[in-house]
Amino acid sequence: MSEQLHQKMGLSDQEYALILHLMGREPNELELGMFSVMWSEHCSYKCSKKVLQSLPTEGDQILLGPGENAGIVDIGEGLAVAFKMESHNHPSAIEPYQGAATGVGGIVRDIFTMGARPIALLNSLRFGPLHYPRVQYLFEGVVAGIAGYGNCIGIPTVGGETWFDPAYQGNPLVNVMCAGVLPASRIARGQARGPGNTVILVGARTGRDGLHGVTFASEGLDETSEAQRPAVQVGDPFMEKLLLEACLEAIEKELVAGIQDLGGAGLTCATSEMSSRAGSGMIIHLDRVPCREEDMSPYEIMLSESQERMLLVVENENIKAVQDIFTRWGLEFSAIGQVTGDGLLQIYHRGEKVGELAADFLCENAPVYDLPDQEPPYYQKLKSYDMQAVPQPDDLEEAFLELLASPNIASKQWIYRQYDYMVRTCTAQGPGGDAAVLRIRGTAKGLAFSADGNGRYVYLDPYKGGMIAVLEAARNVAAAGAKPLAITNCLNFGNPTRPQIYWQFKHAVKGMAEACRALGTPVTGGNVSFYNETSGEAIFPTPVVGMLGLLENLSCQVQKGWRRASDRVYLLGDLAGSLAGSEYLYALHGVLAGDMPLPDLERAAFLHQFLGEAAASKVITSAHDLSDGGLLTALAEASFAGGFGVEISLPHPENVRLDELLFGEGQSRVLVGVSLEKERDFLTLIRSYQLPWQLLGEVKGEKLTVRIQEEEPLIDLSLERVKAAWEEVISCCLD
Amino acid sequence: MKFGVIVFPGSNCDLDAFYMVKDVLNKPVEYLWHHEKTLRGSDCVILPGGFTYGDYLRPGAIASFSPIMTAVHAFAARGGLVLGICNGFQVLLESGLLPGALYRNIHLQFRCAWTHLSVENPHLPFTAHIPSGQVLKIPVAHGDGNYFCDPETLETLKKNNQIVFRYVTPEGNLDSRANPNGSLEAIAGICNARGNVLGMMPHPERAGESLLGSRDGQFIFQSILKHWGESS
Repeated sequence: MSEQLHQKMGLSDQEYALILHLMGREPNELELGMFSVMWSEHCSYKCSKKVLQSLPTEGDQILLGPGENAGIVDIGEGLAVAFKMESHNHPSAIEPYQGAATGVGGIVRDIFTMGARPIALLNSLRFGPLHYPRVQYLFEGVVAGIAGYGNCIGIPTVGGETWFDPAYQGNPLVNVMCAGVLPASRIARGQARGPGNTVILVGARTGRDGLHGVTFASEGLDETSEAQRPAVQVGDPFMEKLLLEACLEAIEKELVAGIQDLGGAGLTCATSEMSSRAGSGMIIHLDRVPCREEDMSPYEIMLSESQERMLLVVENENIKAVQDIFTRWGLEFSAIGQVTGDGLLQIYHRGEKVGELAADFLCENAPVYDLPDQEPPYYQKLKSYDMQAVPQPDDLEEAFLELLASPNIASKQWIYRQYDYMVRTCTAQGPGGDAAVLRIRGTAKGLAFSADGNGRYVYLDPYKGGMIAVLEAARNVAAAGAKPLAITNCLNFGNPTRPQIYWQFKHAVKGMAEACRALGTPVTGGNVSFYNETSGEAIFPTPVVGMLGLLENLSCQVQKGWRRASDRVYLLGDLAGSLAGSEYLYALHGVLAGDMPLPDLERAAFLHQFLGEAAASKVITSAHDLSDGGLLTALAEASFAGGFGVEISLPHPENVRLDELLFGEGQSRVLVGVSLEKERDFLTLIRSYQLPWQLLGEVKGEKLTVRIQEEEPLIDLSLERVKAAWEEVISCCLD
Repeated sequence: MKFGVIVFPGSNCDLDAFYMVKDVLNKPVEYLWHHEKTLRGSDCVILPGGFTYGDYLRPGAIASFSPIMTAVHAFAARGGLVLGICNGFQVLLESGLLPGALYRNIHLQFRCAWTHLSVENPHLPFTAHIPSGQVLKIPVAHGDGNYFCDPETLETLKKNNQIVFRYVTPEGNLDSRANPNGSLEAIAGICNARGNVLGMMPHPERAGESLLGSRDGQFIFQSILKHWGESS
């Protein structure tokens, strides 16, 4: 085997030496190809594993932590939720429609593989500034791809977030999350249990598409990436819908001993992971794999990333029953091999053994790296930025309208109106709310989901930014009245072999871990996406957190819009925010700098607990989290959602700038509406918590009016005008 | 009164229709597999929304050849109540049970949104018990809902009172901004000449509970029940 070949496949000389050591011989081309895809960063997590070990993964509610296709959380009454988030950044940078569509397909398979019925999709997207034609192409293609796939399979896309910044111009982020519900007692596993059981491949035929997709995803992007278009797969949501129904039927009838989807690294990954997890092996006959083209080589069949395929392990007495289900759904079904007890993957083609290696070599024995890290020079410099250099706006009304018109703050309706967020008739709160809320049919319960991450904060301070990602996601589900239970995540970073990137990664994970511990929301799994770079320029470090929350009683759900004129408006948390890393600072002044205050994790936990209790006892009529854009933006959003104006009077603390007061950002701040009848109960409850709070004003009329104490209003605008500044921004950018 | 909900490969609002009947109306309902030859005694058959056969070829085109469609044709010919929603409407058009066609939305995007409907023919089994003048708040979710037919067909539809619903403003006025897909004359739903087969793009089964944002879809189902002499 020539040295060039392993290098071409993305393996280092050191890794090749390890392969020689494990195998005790030179691998053939097929075996080497299998190593290369399984030892890619995408499959092996070789550069992230050590750091990820610091994340908390245990809790009473956790039925299954990281390591399987998705984590599983107990929600009571014998039910559980499987949920996970995954990135499809690189494919989407090259072929936005199919890249995003197959991202949805992949995460949906991860969920039904566990035996869960998928009930919701969310996404977290990042693009460059929308005035670039290439960015428009990527943005429109990604949204259409998510819509095209999700709508067709009939899983509602209920929420998400989209953010624009030059940092993502060449390398957009497409993170998709799926959640499903299953009986807690019937978790399907990606394990090849029971020697003698039959290995069955179902679904789409295997083609030459997506060869080395995972290797492609483990490199940076540059001007030659366009040539990688063939590494992007093409999705068939109709096939996925059939697969989903057939697999769930087979799992519900308890006919399946093990099941795993074929995603990155295709058959190689599914056969080796299923074997390795169960401590078993497999004999695979590649002639029995239904192929799209004749004369596909063993290498191509084992590495193909053709979509919409599943690998099943079935006890022999159940084969007929399983086959009947798949035939009924019009799906191809092929017994391609057998489970063995020897831990080996033995691959046959045309009567010859074409490969043999231990499954563990590909999984357990993959290298793990502890990489050097180094604080980047920008870090201290941006931290010590003097905010006095930023001029205060002469006209606060104009500044406010300009801020609302920033695509990061503006309405995302252009996006989500393309998603079917209502199908399955369980959506109690769709896109546009703080969290998406779904009912669980047959129970009084509801689930709340949120996906959040602010790359700008993480860039300025990875440790605090990592915390903030968790806090914000938790606060969003808490604002809906739900108890935050657990998270999944997508960690999007640059090239980890660059010490400054690895430093960002380490510190962001540390911050996330501390926040997860403080809030009691363990990590159930997720995905690391490194090498998000264009020609050596990395994206903002962007960990995205997908939070699951539980509402014991869906009828206690709280929404963000004002409910009634005369309701009192209270602010929980600090009055003034900080300009550090704020949208205001960037959108109006073009400055990305500052030192965010260290979040108070204990206070955050109190706040979330308070929100849950306030919702359950119905002492608040609305709740809306303060995030990008600060206090004024949150007031406007609550007004848009509720259709009422608001009149607010603020104290003006010393040493606080007006723009800081109105547009500053910070953690653990929430606006709540309180009816006059419940105000006493609300005050009794809030006083029993150690939380700052203050009365700001009342829901009133059709104007947004803000004054300092009794002075003339600083802001006095009709709701109609404010809404006009915010509503059609994205459509206008695309015209 | 018993309802049947047909399940084609790729149907995905079958569940929504099923639970509307079962949980909201509290009436018997069962799924009918597309290979079946009978409607198993259903008194009203629903062709649900979704993406039958992935919308490949044209939405509804392949499903219109499903074995069960022979039974649907015979049932319709006997005066049986057939309700096609969204993709189900597309199947009814492709199978010739209703006239005209659905183009891609004029803006070429999928659209999921609340719409408001005026009831243009209040004398049908599907509409007779909608309060007079009531504007129905019912959502759409489709990529191909832009209704079109030739001028002669349009004349016939008008003459026979076959235009059942139009997209209007919440106040009930015609306005191009209230039309989510560019449909000819803001047509949201039509029926056959006899009035027993209704096709509509909006989803009444998604508007059955206030939790979901509207209960107006119930007016259509209650009309069907009352036509049958039942109440829920």
